[in-house]
Amino acid sequence: MKLNTNSNVYTIVYAVIVVVVVAFLLAFVSSSLQERSESNERNDKKKQILASLNIREVEDAKVADIYNEYIVADPIVDNKGVVVKAGADKDKDGFAVALKDINEKTLPVYVAKVNADTLYVFPLSGKGLWGAIWGYIALKSDLRTVYGAYFSHASETAGLGALIKDEPFQKQFEGKTAVSSTLDKVLLRLVKKGTVRDAATECDGISGATLTGNGVDQMFQENLAAYLPYLQSLKK
Amino acid sequence: MSSLFSKENKQALLQPLGFDNPILVQVLGICSALAVTSQVEPSIVMGLSVTVITAFSNVIISLIRNTIPARIRIIIQLVVVAALVTIVSMILKAFAYDVSVSLSVYVGLIITNCILMGRLEAFAMSNGPWASFLDGVGNGVGYAWILIVVGAVRELFGNGTLLGFTVIPQAAYDAGYVNNGMMSMPAMAMIILGCIIWAHRAWSDAK
Repeated sequence: MKLNTNSNVYTIVYAVIVVVVVAFLLAFVSSSLQERSESNERNDKKKQILASLNIREVEDAKVADIYNEYIVADPIVDNKGVVVKAGADKDKDGFAVALKDINEKTLPVYVAKVNADTLYVFPLSGKGLWGAIWGYIALKSDLRTVYGAYFSHASETAGLGALIKDEPFQKQFEGKTAVSSTLDKVLLRLVKKGTVRDAATECDGISGATLTGNGVDQMFQENLAAYLPYLQSLKK
Repeated sequence: MSSLFSKENKQALLQPLGFDNPILVQVLGICSALAVTSQVEPSIVMGLSVTVITAFSNVIISLIRNTIPARIRIIIQLVVVAALVTIVSMILKAFAYDVSVSLSVYVGLIITNCILMGRLEAFAMSNGPWASFLDGVGNGVGYAWILIVVGAVRELFGNGTLLGFTVIPQAAYDAGYVNNGMMSMPAMAMIILGCIIWAHRAWSDAK
């Protein structure tokens, strides 16, 4: 007997079977790889945090150990400067907060000890030209000077906006004064290339990537500013 | 072995590389060719992913070609392609996380690549799995090498680098040479592609 592949019943049954098979296949692949990809994601986040502490090019196998060596705590604070969770486990409290879940009541901080100096790493997230951009910025124990910075992006233009992910761009933030002496204003700016007026607080943008640069600048003004009360409470 | 690489099968593999190139002659897959070619590296990875996915979706569709109801064949093809792309992106995420991060948008773009649907509809629906596999590989590579050429031209003149390594010496910049920022814009990919198509037409007309 030859099946009539043009009949309505055959078409519907065929579509149902294909959809069910594909759905099971995708669900199976997804669930069997989930653990692996989640641990990759955690390692990647640790790598990015370490990069803001100028610890770059870390091997995948050693990321977790190096992270535990340098990071002291990952507290969550709010925009009044109150510590909500202490973060003694290093990667259970602040670390568990995804960048998109950061809000005024849940602001993760990563406290690190490098060469006997206590550093504070703050996550940043914002919008570039095409999609999300994010980063981490580390302040020295004077709570004003930038120790290091790391930026990344989801889909900025290769060769232009995508350059924020590269080390030369991130290096220029080192040593800049990010916060005013009274700890109530963010001074750090990213300006159009060639228009730096105050070299102590301003960094050169990338020509051809003005909108990505504006996004980076906005991250400083909005995200970093939310931590100012916390910085003031640390000072006291 | 002779039947594995018969004349027809060889043609299926080799024709798309030059004479019947998917980008140059069929003008398929232009959108992604313009979007990802500002540097060589994403061009290579994109070319590779498209080759793998074209080859395997061709094989799958070819295997089930006699059972597919004619009225919903496009949808079935789309489901197969989408499932493959999703699986590839999940595997990349689990085993090659860095590559998957650098590819983020491009992997999803493969689903909408016209070459895939074009080959499924034009070749896999009426040929056996092995011939379809060769056809998929041929078309994928034919697509990839154009991407890499365009990417190399744009990266060289736009950034002065190839694969991230500086190629144009500092002395040239000191002598007044400037990188052409236009090259980083998709519009220049269109113009370069136009020039390649022009050269290709002249070559194939002469044959």
